[in-house]
Amino acid sequence: MEKINLKSIYNELNVNAEWFGIRKVYESNTYRMIRDGNPQANSTGISHGIMVEVLKNGQFAYAASSDMSVNSIQKAIDKAIIIAESSSKNPLYNFSKDVRPNNKGKYKSQRLETQIALKDLNDILRKSYESLKVSDKIVSASAMARITETNYQYLSSDGADIEQDFLIIGSSFDAIAQDNGITQRRTDNGRGRMFQSGYEVFDEAELTNMCSRIGNQAVELLYADECPTETTNLVLAPDQMLLQIHESIGHPLEVDRILGDERNYAGWSFVREQDFGNLKYGSDIMNITFDPTVKKELASYGFDDSGKKAEKEYIIKDGILLRGLGGTESEKRSGIKGVANFRACSWNRPPIDRMANLNLEPGDSSFDEIISSVEKGVYMESNRSWSIDDYRNKFQFGCEYGKLIENGKLTKTVKNPNYRGVTTPFWNNLAKVGNHSTFEVFGTPNCGKGEPNQSVRVGHASPTCLFNNIEVFGGA
Amino acid sequence: MEQFFKELSQKIIEKIDNTEDLMINFWGEDSHFTRFNQSKVRQNGFVSDATLSITLISNQKTCSTSFSLSKNASNDLLTALSHLEKLRRDINFLPEDPFIVFPKEGQSSSTSSKGELLSVDKVVDALSPAIKNVDLAGIWASGNIYVGYANSKGLLHWFSTDSFSFDYSLITESEKMVKDTFAGTNFDLEKYNSFMKNSINQLQLLDKKSIRLEPGDYRTYIAPAGVSDLLGMFSWNGLSEGAIRRGQSAFLKMRNDNVTLSPCFTLNEDFSTGLTPMFNDEGELAVKNLPLINNGILKNTLINSRTAQEYQIESNFASGWEGLRSPVMSTGDLKENEIPSKIDSGVFLNNLHYLNWSDNIGGRITGMTRYACFWVENGEIVAPIENMRFDDTIYNIFGENLESVTNHSQFIPDTGTYSSRSFGGTECPGILLNSFSLTL
Repeated sequence: MEKINLKSIYNELNVNAEWFGIRKVYESNTYRMIRDGNPQANSTGISHGIMVEVLKNGQFAYAASSDMSVNSIQKAIDKAIIIAESSSKNPLYNFSKDVRPNNKGKYKSQRLETQIALKDLNDILRKSYESLKVSDKIVSASAMARITETNYQYLSSDGADIEQDFLIIGSSFDAIAQDNGITQRRTDNGRGRMFQSGYEVFDEAELTNMCSRIGNQAVELLYADECPTETTNLVLAPDQMLLQIHESIGHPLEVDRILGDERNYAGWSFVREQDFGNLKYGSDIMNITFDPTVKKELASYGFDDSGKKAEKEYIIKDGILLRGLGGTESEKRSGIKGVANFRACSWNRPPIDRMANLNLEPGDSSFDEIISSVEKGVYMESNRSWSIDDYRNKFQFGCEYGKLIENGKLTKTVKNPNYRGVTTPFWNNLAKVGNHSTFEVFGTPNCGKGEPNQSVRVGHASPTCLFNNIEVFGGA
Repeated sequence: MEQFFKELSQKIIEKIDNTEDLMINFWGEDSHFTRFNQSKVRQNGFVSDATLSITLISNQKTCSTSFSLSKNASNDLLTALSHLEKLRRDINFLPEDPFIVFPKEGQSSSTSSKGELLSVDKVVDALSPAIKNVDLAGIWASGNIYVGYANSKGLLHWFSTDSFSFDYSLITESEKMVKDTFAGTNFDLEKYNSFMKNSINQLQLLDKKSIRLEPGDYRTYIAPAGVSDLLGMFSWNGLSEGAIRRGQSAFLKMRNDNVTLSPCFTLNEDFSTGLTPMFNDEGELAVKNLPLINNGILKNTLINSRTAQEYQIESNFASGWEGLRSPVMSTGDLKENEIPSKIDSGVFLNNLHYLNWSDNIGGRITGMTRYACFWVENGEIVAPIENMRFDDTIYNIFGENLESVTNHSQFIPDTGTYSSRSFGGTECPGILLNSFSLTL
């Protein structure tokens, strides 16, 4: 991969601006998928381009191109300057270059195994698929691997010089069971798993066991009762907590939403600027961190796309809202303390406030202690449905797999488990937080937001949690 | 760009041997995006992006790769040939694929629509005066988008269009909103000013204090923008034949149990508007007008050629993901001025938000009301409502609870910009339901 030498290019460019930066992104995504014993996808997609950003008359403007020649970069800069001058006729805010820190540094996601032969990967997927087919009730099954390699370079006229390398491995295993007109689907953790890691995640024995469990549980769900309709105690596994954190904590705390940037698309927020430092978001045992330093977690990184160094920060401590998910621009506009989360999905979209890794810190209860404390309730795993309003208040989420909790024990399996609630009452009903033994790391590559639209990777890690007085219900 | 694509694809195809087949896809955009908040410019920029995809087929095996183009012909050819060589190496390690869609001969096509668009330096000047006294959030997107297809059997398709859209929300001090989109191919300042004035006038309806509804079942009118969102769900484990065959569709009951929807409900995939390319990623031309649901009866599903081979049925040349590309829902007989009186007492919903299957196989959708939504009493609009969650099935919404359909329809443009700007949109009327389940 060619590295842009901004200093040498700079000498050839005519830049009539207060500041400018260049972000170059090379990303390859390789998909391998087997469905019902046959190859379904063998593809690689490579996206490669640059975005130049200029600051002129207090306005940032961008121009992005898949042509990375010096001539093209000059044209992009000229166009960005015209656009910035145009913006300055009706600006929302006048910025200075201090919202683009001039940090220098490197980041590389940790990995052990750095190579896998195509044939070996195909074999692993085929064996995983065969493990999913536990009975003739499995009418369809699939095994998918996704490998993402990203190289990111960022240089600015102020001396910022950042390079980041990511290796991301994702997988998804899916079994659909049918009998007597009933269909049930079970997957690994709802939407698959994705980590910053090496190819060591393709552990054949581990995958075989997991796929066998997925297949068996898909069949088990065929003969399960519907989830009851009642208000009860709800225990959520980490692979559902990821969605709960994402939708009802992450998005409402994005400061650009609070400032109204997203009102025409993703929505606003019930959180207001004066809530920081005051709002009792959840119960006293709720501790939420923005943590881009967790090994393997999907949205770990060294610097955001403004050049700000990424560090762990408490967002909610002991249930009190302390800090927003806002980058350098949002901090200036709002005065709310933020984090390094000004991120773009690629070279062809401008950075906006995103949530990156947002985690619920472990508490002190083991899984058995949580379940044994519940006289009556429902335990749910693996997200399958999600919807929340534009202020991030009224949500309804569905899971793949449920179990009744009766007299402190997990008993019957229930199908189509759903629950609904309102964000802060829900989190104030948080009664127990699992300890490190229940803590699991997940992530999703498909968090959509922004105009123009962007889909980015986010990470969420959480222990198992117990909530009181939650409305649960079953299928149609 | 058409000539560039034609020459580049031809030079790549010349490099294959007689045991190989090749399909080439090309897509890109030159787009100006201006983002507004509080009627002022929040972010402003330009994106020029082009991607080529090559699918190699050899010895009953297939694999593909896509990559960004510089639009420098000689450089891009070298890049493409290097990717072709890698595909040739990779394909040896892949298993045979029994359902490969092979390239076909056929009638090539070319459609290019030129428009009159604002240059990047004129957008702020043109849009700002009409919105200076309101709170507007939204996105201006403008420029050329294109898609091409070529294969080793000599088939070549091209579709390119200039277009613009200003997709926006107007917001009152009490945080009530009106949503609209001004879109087209020729920007006319006078039409824009008039369109925006009409949107701003709608804000007056939102001045009154909101009513909070209790969860329950209500008589409900859903305007075309909301209906478009509901129909959008039909593209996700809905009318896909593959999804039905694998037991993952909301329409299983219609296929397996002969369940029908309302006789008022008719839906076609109709490409006669010319706003969406008729060719799919395999270069196959769609049927111009494909009836999907006719007076409540499931007539056709969306079948691509891979699904057709897998289940040994006829393809109707749907897209790879078997989603709707150009849906048109038929109108009915409900007149616009009769909508409040026909609701009598109930809710008037202009827009919906964040829809998802809450029970995919059961056909149940959950989502939120959003923007200009009202309580209607004795045939009169009384006040806006606070947003409510709904959770109801397509078998109720388009089935037994569908009372009537408006006699006019509206084109709802697809303003999505994930990866690149979208083509087309949905043409649909409004619907009146005798019951709609609001749950939270």
